[in-house]
Amino acid sequence: MSTLSLPQSSYIRDNSRTFTDWLKSWLLTVDHKRIAILYLLSINFFFLLGGLAATLVRVELITPQGDLMSSDVYNRAFTLHGVIMVFFFLIPSIPAVLGNFLVPLMLGARDLAFPRLNLLSWYLYMIGGLFALIAAVFGGVDTGWTFYTPFSSTYSNSNVVMTITGAFIMGFSSILTGLNFIVTIHKMRAPGLTWFRLPLFIWANYATSIIQILATPVLGIALLLVVVERLWGVGIYDPALGGDPLLFQHLFWFYSHPAVYIMILPAMGVISELISTFSRKRIFGYEFIAFSSIAIAILGFLVWGHHMFVSSQSVYAGLVFSFITMLVAIPSAIKVFNWTATLYKGSISYRTPMLYALGFIGLFVIGGLTGIFLGVTAVDLHVTDTYFVVAHFHYVMVGGTIMAYLGGIHFWWPKMTGRMYNETWGSIAALIIFVGFNMTFFPQFILGYLGMPRRYHVYPPEFQILHVMSTAGASILAIGFIVPLIYLGISLRKGAIAGDNPWGATGLEWKTSSPPPTFNFDKTPIVTEEAYAYPPEAAERDAAAWRPGSPL
Amino acid sequence: MATITHEEAHAHTHGPELQHQFETPEQQKEAATLGMWAFLVTEIMLFGGIFMAYIAYRWAFPEAWEESAALLNTPLATVNTVVLLVSSLTVALAVNAAEEGRKRRLITMLVLTIVLGVTFLVIKGYEYSEKFAHCAGAKDPISWITGSDLHESHECLVPGRGFMFPDEHGSTSGGHGAAKTATQSGHQLFFLLYFSATGLHAIHMIIGLGVMTTILVMALRDRFSPTYFTPVEIGGLYWHLIDIIWVFLFPLFYLV
Repeated sequence: MSTLSLPQSSYIRDNSRTFTDWLKSWLLTVDHKRIAILYLLSINFFFLLGGLAATLVRVELITPQGDLMSSDVYNRAFTLHGVIMVFFFLIPSIPAVLGNFLVPLMLGARDLAFPRLNLLSWYLYMIGGLFALIAAVFGGVDTGWTFYTPFSSTYSNSNVVMTITGAFIMGFSSILTGLNFIVTIHKMRAPGLTWFRLPLFIWANYATSIIQILATPVLGIALLLVVVERLWGVGIYDPALGGDPLLFQHLFWFYSHPAVYIMILPAMGVISELISTFSRKRIFGYEFIAFSSIAIAILGFLVWGHHMFVSSQSVYAGLVFSFITMLVAIPSAIKVFNWTATLYKGSISYRTPMLYALGFIGLFVIGGLTGIFLGVTAVDLHVTDTYFVVAHFHYVMVGGTIMAYLGGIHFWWPKMTGRMYNETWGSIAALIIFVGFNMTFFPQFILGYLGMPRRYHVYPPEFQILHVMSTAGASILAIGFIVPLIYLGISLRKGAIAGDNPWGATGLEWKTSSPPPTFNFDKTPIVTEEAYAYPPEAAERDAAAWRPGSPL
Repeated sequence: MATITHEEAHAHTHGPELQHQFETPEQQKEAATLGMWAFLVTEIMLFGGIFMAYIAYRWAFPEAWEESAALLNTPLATVNTVVLLVSSLTVALAVNAAEEGRKRRLITMLVLTIVLGVTFLVIKGYEYSEKFAHCAGAKDPISWITGSDLHESHECLVPGRGFMFPDEHGSTSGGHGAAKTATQSGHQLFFLLYFSATGLHAIHMIIGLGVMTTILVMALRDRFSPTYFTPVEIGGLYWHLIDIIWVFLFPLFYLV
């Protein structure tokens, strides 16, 4: 912490003289850290767009009547929200931003195995996003983010083909990222960095990458066949022409259920890092956390049918899917118990990233437990397609993934930029988000249980109070998302110089300078100890050294 | 913590093909090969979706499947299978030649592979055009192009609004009358899957030809040596995959 200025050379600085040179040095970069920054900017842009669409939806729902939009416009608004948030924010968020930045650093490598492929994946992401945006500008899509047939084939006159093409192209970007991570983790570890010395963030990203390369192509072909059906007027999913719309649901959920683990697994990896660092303790049950990631990845491929309990799927298939769905709870619970066991007798400091991590645990438990409700066929029949489902997956995706994403951004912000953000504002924003989030989505559990179906813009007047609460919560949530944009932006110029390791954390990424040089390490590190090697007495020493006024 | 310097790691001599992120040529080669294998897995999953649809609809329309498969041009497809299998052999020989540093043989084998690949596509194209010619009422593609001998079409196997499965063909058992519309859609699904699967395969062939041409250019420019021929090897892996997919497509569609 003795450094008073940023290092002379880092990946952010370059000696380009003109603006064009500078622009080229970013847009044609193969440096994984710069690509991570490109992703950070573009993904946050899409997050804001998706948020705007959500605002439209929530504003419409303040009153029981459809006074702001027609049902058709409403359909397009929630579809835009879903498509952008799922395909262009949640799926790439943590792997593409934090993963890109950190995987080579944590492995002690100079870059990912295929740097040019990495840049290509960003361009594919942007092209896919462009397609989705153009489709939205020219009228949008009204099918919901699931593109269910026959909504998307026989009965839709909106820009389905355009949007699907966007999702299809974005899928390739996702595949390339996964492929790059798998090869990098296998082949580019620093000397001495054995599999069981890897940070748990790496294990989580490895499991995610496996899902990405196995599941994404199936979505690709499912969507491609929808396009074929629409363009040629043939009936691969159309019952009138012999096809079967359920085939689409099977193929779609074969990807899209594992896709929710693409969103949550890297988040769990981030949380493992945060919990250990801010408890000053070795993580409890390292192997169990590592293998539970793999177990979730494998089980995730076997449960897609639980999205189809009320389709014409056979009852017996439903029973099996229901049973396997229960099994997913085991590795998820293993993680939560190990995190809480890590906290036990740790020296816990409530810095901003830790607030997000603790928030994550609470919200993920609610999201996960309601997932078990939904996995029980009998309960699911009652609450299918109601706000209960909406609340459940927002608890996991927003309460899980976004909390971890923000926690990770704050935790590694000093590494990425070399500067500290404002801790006070950081804590305030984290609390605002936690409160706003619960206020937005908890009422939706009740709404759903009482029978409010999803995707309707009008509703019976007795539901209004809960809807108004939800909208009020969403406004608080929006403020919570805007505040970090401001203080993080300010920190770029005014933030205190962070130094190499502001948190006193273990891990190779903290052993190089902040921000790191282009090739990450001046000397290839050799690893001689396990991850999270905090000495056993670190927590006690920390507690003894605490004085009034030192940071919590 | 002990460290070794960047310079030490790079102290030994190596060719210009070693990229900055790797320590040794072996590491680079292993990474490239693993990357290609992982990519092949995604390719299999991509075709897996079509195979899934195939299973579902063959289960639903077994008779339509049988009747439709009889209308595909099996002799031509058999020739194509042989062409593709031989091209796999030439690719394997090319990899072997590269490993042994025999440039002339490498180039010959690559050229042979490209020729065989193009032959496959030409035959496939002829098969497709046959189907399209029938829709236009011509007997074969040549008379379709010259515009001679056109008549009212009585069969059109290209899926779409004009799809028409010939009435008398293949229905030896008789008594289909009432169920005609239902089976008709089964036939259409067969041909839809046929065109989708073989079309997707043909796209992969075209990409494969591009890859092979690139490798050929690299070989002509002396980029390979017995210590560095990774592109030949992973290009070969990709070519074999295309080949294997065809080995599955051929019996599933032609030999049902």
